[in-house]
Amino acid sequence: MTLDRATRLMGSYFLLLFIACIFIFPIIFMIVSSFKPDLQLLQDTSSVRALLPVGDISLNNYREAFERAPIGLFIFNSVFITATTLIMSLFLASIAAFAFVFIDWRGKSIVLSLVVATYILPFETVAVPLLLLVNKLPWIGTEGVTWGWINSYQVQIIPWIVRALEIFLFVQYFKDLPRDLVEAARVDGASWFQVYRKVVMPLSGPVIATVAILKFLEMYNNQFIWPTMVVQAEDYRPIMVGLQYFFQLNTAWGEIMAYLTIITVPVLVFYLALQRAFIASIASTGVKG
Amino acid sequence: MGTRNYERLFSVSILTLDAERDDSGAVVMEDGEPVFPRLRGYTRNQDDYPQYFRKREWFSIDRGDSRRTYVLASDVVFLKAVRNTLLFVLVVAPLQAGIALGLAMLINRRIAGINVFRTIYFMPVVISMVVVAMLWRFIYDGNDGILNNLLAAMTFGAIQPVDWLGNTWTALPAIMAMSIWQGVGFHMIIWLSGLQTIPATLYEAADIEGSSKWQTFRYVTWPGLRNTAILIMIIITMQSFTLYPQIAVMTNGGPLDSTQSVVFQMVERGYGKQDIAGGSTISVFLFLFVLSISLLQGWMTRGRK
Repeated sequence: MTLDRATRLMGSYFLLLFIACIFIFPIIFMIVSSFKPDLQLLQDTSSVRALLPVGDISLNNYREAFERAPIGLFIFNSVFITATTLIMSLFLASIAAFAFVFIDWRGKSIVLSLVVATYILPFETVAVPLLLLVNKLPWIGTEGVTWGWINSYQVQIIPWIVRALEIFLFVQYFKDLPRDLVEAARVDGASWFQVYRKVVMPLSGPVIATVAILKFLEMYNNQFIWPTMVVQAEDYRPIMVGLQYFFQLNTAWGEIMAYLTIITVPVLVFYLALQRAFIASIASTGVKG
Repeated sequence: MGTRNYERLFSVSILTLDAERDDSGAVVMEDGEPVFPRLRGYTRNQDDYPQYFRKREWFSIDRGDSRRTYVLASDVVFLKAVRNTLLFVLVVAPLQAGIALGLAMLINRRIAGINVFRTIYFMPVVISMVVVAMLWRFIYDGNDGILNNLLAAMTFGAIQPVDWLGNTWTALPAIMAMSIWQGVGFHMIIWLSGLQTIPATLYEAADIEGSSKWQTFRYVTWPGLRNTAILIMIIITMQSFTLYPQIAVMTNGGPLDSTQSVVFQMVERGYGKQDIAGGSTISVFLFLFVLSISLLQGWMTRGRK
């Protein structure tokens, strides 16, 4: 009986390990290959050497990739756009949710259900109309009033600041907070903003983490269609669109792997450090209604 | 105002033709195939055949007796995009949901090191689809690709190298497989949270009753996952219907339009060709589709809250 159990456990681990290989080998291959010269990279694909950092290891691919494309600029753009959107999103989505949960006003439930209804709409459905809209909007900047937002940071930030999901996650969380706390603070003469800042937000650590992680992934990883449509100038291009420099280079695989590694490793490090929070926040997008 | 934009996208006609016959009434053959009248005689002739005007052949069916039925469409590329997208959804949604459930049940156990496996299975989810698509272009490469080398090594060279993304039969399946690889961890986590809501006492009871593994799954696990299942199918369907980065990075819709997708066509027209009317019409189509799916969800989960 115990022997039978031991073999079955072995079998389980073997299966788990086999599946793990399928998921992790391409990632290891990407990182390892980024250090190899092209010729060796191609030769190694026919053996297990593809997954090992052996042979002529160097940082040459990284140097060449940086020479080919303004990668530093692209990274700056992505980090700037992601950080700005994330901070503004946390503030505006939470304060909107605060108004939906704690303050009574006429038509609140209708407005809330309209907001939540937009959650089911993928961004792709509004991309073309939104493109027409941003083409005609004014902007006040260092050059005075200009028309049209094409080729700018704001066109990549403003449409993404508040999406229904963030408001919804904050609303769900705030509903479970004890209302007595809010009422007590109001009785003591605190303004609504003070209640928001001093009572509600300090209790909202978990939902802030969830929204921050989702927003980070949305902005850093998944921005592709929209910047492709609204940013032609290199100056404002984010990293994923910057990858286009390497689309037609079927020979320079080492450089491509170096670029992919540069933009992926920070996310993986983040993920491995905060994996519980990552998994919890992604699971929360599925638990709606 | 009018429905012209929609007609331009969806208009389809069917035309059945008899093969050409010579004076004696025998079918004219060329290379062993019957010869049919040129379609151009119908699609360029606005006066006699206004219904076929400017349409192109989408596909044709051999009806036997030297007859052939042609399906003509005014926008063949868009209809191919719709077909590919539906095919993608119909294959990926059940397959990805099924694999994700299998993985969730595999890691829903209390054995040492299980968290490490969960972390690894979920890892591709936090990698951008753009990066994944670029990486898999190398894996699928026709000459030096890892997949070809792996298959050759496993079969001792019996399988010839395949240009996975350059072949009309393999390009879409290759993109499907990669998309499942990237996304399956996400749905595994949702299944897992569904599995963990099933009380352990139910499993204990089933164990005492001597229920087999399949019976336990069929009568304990599956009924407890009903709402999770509906939710997952909706999420995967929505995600697959907006298929875009994979196409833009890997194939640009090719070869021979075999990987065109609805969203790819929408971007190509609305942005690439500055055909705002065409792009917006596709947006409305996409919107109606998504809306009907979520209405379906509301109907399926009605009265079960």
